[in-house]
Amino acid sequence: MKVFKQARIAGIALILAVLAGCAGQVNESASKVETAEERAAREARQAAFEQGSVANLKASAMAADTLFFFEFDKSDLSQDALDDLDAHAKFLVADRNAKVRLEGHADERGTRAYNLALGERRANAVARYLVIQGVNRTQIETVSYGEERPLSLVRDDSGWSRNRRVELIYQ
Amino acid sequence: MRIIAWLVLLLTITIPARAELVIEITRGMENPIKIAVVPFRVQTGGALEVDLARLIESNLERTGQFVRVRRDSMLSLPGPDEQIFYRDWRAIDSEYTVVGAVTREGTEFVVRYGLHDVYGERVLFSERVPGGPDALRDIGHFISDRIYESLTGIKGFFSTRLLYVSAERRSEKDQTFKLILSDADGGRPRTVFQSSEPILSPAWSPDGSRVAYMSFRGKRAGIYVQTLATGDVQQVTSFPGLNSAPRFSPDGRKLVLTLSKDGNPEIYVANLRTGELERMTNHFGIDTEASWSPDGRSILFTSSRGGKPQLYLLSIADKSVKRVTFDGDYNSNGAFTPDGSAIVFVHRTNERFHIASMNLQSRELRILTETDLDESPSVAPNGTMLIYATSDEERGLLGLVSMDGRVRVRLPSVSESVREPAWSPYFN
Repeated sequence: MKVFKQARIAGIALILAVLAGCAGQVNESASKVETAEERAAREARQAAFEQGSVANLKASAMAADTLFFFEFDKSDLSQDALDDLDAHAKFLVADRNAKVRLEGHADERGTRAYNLALGERRANAVARYLVIQGVNRTQIETVSYGEERPLSLVRDDSGWSRNRRVELIYQ
Repeated sequence: MRIIAWLVLLLTITIPARAELVIEITRGMENPIKIAVVPFRVQTGGALEVDLARLIESNLERTGQFVRVRRDSMLSLPGPDEQIFYRDWRAIDSEYTVVGAVTREGTEFVVRYGLHDVYGERVLFSERVPGGPDALRDIGHFISDRIYESLTGIKGFFSTRLLYVSAERRSEKDQTFKLILSDADGGRPRTVFQSSEPILSPAWSPDGSRVAYMSFRGKRAGIYVQTLATGDVQQVTSFPGLNSAPRFSPDGRKLVLTLSKDGNPEIYVANLRTGELERMTNHFGIDTEASWSPDGRSILFTSSRGGKPQLYLLSIADKSVKRVTFDGDYNSNGAFTPDGSAIVFVHRTNERFHIASMNLQSRELRILTETDLDESPSVAPNGTMLIYATSDEERGLLGLVSMDGRVRVRLPSVSESVREPAWSPYFN
């Protein structure tokens, strides 16, 4: 957990450094009308904004759902999932060092090898959506467990619907 | 003589039950052959770990073609060297009677036994079967095969083996998966491979010497081939994405399997010697669960290319694909019967998953099971029965069903949840 936090802080610092560099270049031409004092103040504001922004994005991502559910034998994302996935995507775009693992699952109905393929389709559907939102494919790892790791052992649709899922796990 | 017989009986019934899979016949044939297997005389100077008569009668009964005569109804318990009073056996409706004895010669066991035709009042055959110190179960299965073949004309499957996967679950992410090898009756289970990650799709090589399966090494799935005698493991594939559902070719040189390394689950053939891969399908749907026809010319597989999972047949020669199943909206995980005349598969009807068979000539579909969540059918090498996975409220179980659907047997395990059975070929 500690390592995780440190890696995240390092990532944020790196992004800030890059952003600060860009801001510095743009300012070259405007330096005539900006005093050193003004520039320092503006940079401080910018840094605070950026830091706050990544931290905010991270906070939103951490608060978002990490379980995304599917219909039987389907791998289409539900409308519900999109808001939460957007929150994850924004953070993953802001922090290119952040990585997620997407674990695809199926319910116990149907055959096991087919369900393994179905779990992968679900994980890939989530991955594809994140990539469309600007996340790098290299930030995403997918795996399918098929029906081998059910969340619920309840043998009716209340249990099965919980098991047809993708779990998003920050690495 | 009576007293000795009862002493033998007493000895045999106080031996602790060791069968991990207990047989429960849920449905049998209408007129099974009645057979009495008299407790074998134990002349070894000590109790045996295996009750041979019990093992033989259970083996025969599991086919549904036989029903045992209970020991407590037997009027006498003769040994192989004693005269058989056929009227005693007719009186209790026994059509055939088996008598036997176990002796020891050095470290070897020798079993002598005879099969009697009660109504014909004659010995059908008698023989002497020697075996090593651990061979009693093997001898029992061998004798079961001899009796079964002599009375039905069909080669028995009692000396074959099963592979299956057991899972012990403590929580979603804390499970122990084991690949288990056992006798055909579930006896002598032993762990072939164990992992905290899922193990799937065990498959036998045609000579029974190797097994292929999917497992995870680390967090990535791979296909592995393990040699049973040595434990040597060969990694066949471990690409990003799916590496699943391996099945040996009839010549044992190749595996057909599923990979999604090119973005989508497709069927590939892997040459086990050269490692060369040939892609067999090309469709954006799910293609998986491939299985070779016994003649090696085609591959049966599951595809969602029509929108729902259905079975398709792929010609190896030109890679042309023909749809095979049309009844119902879920047909998957198909396999051929040993003679190639029919296929068995998972079929959904009325929201329930059953095992079904289909004759490839008549295209007639027959539903063989009536429990729910039935899957992984695997046909015995003599083509008379298949083993499949099913479940009760809590755990996975294995069941047997005759190919005509008339005999059903459950093999409930005592502890773990079991699934993914694979019936071995003949070993000789």
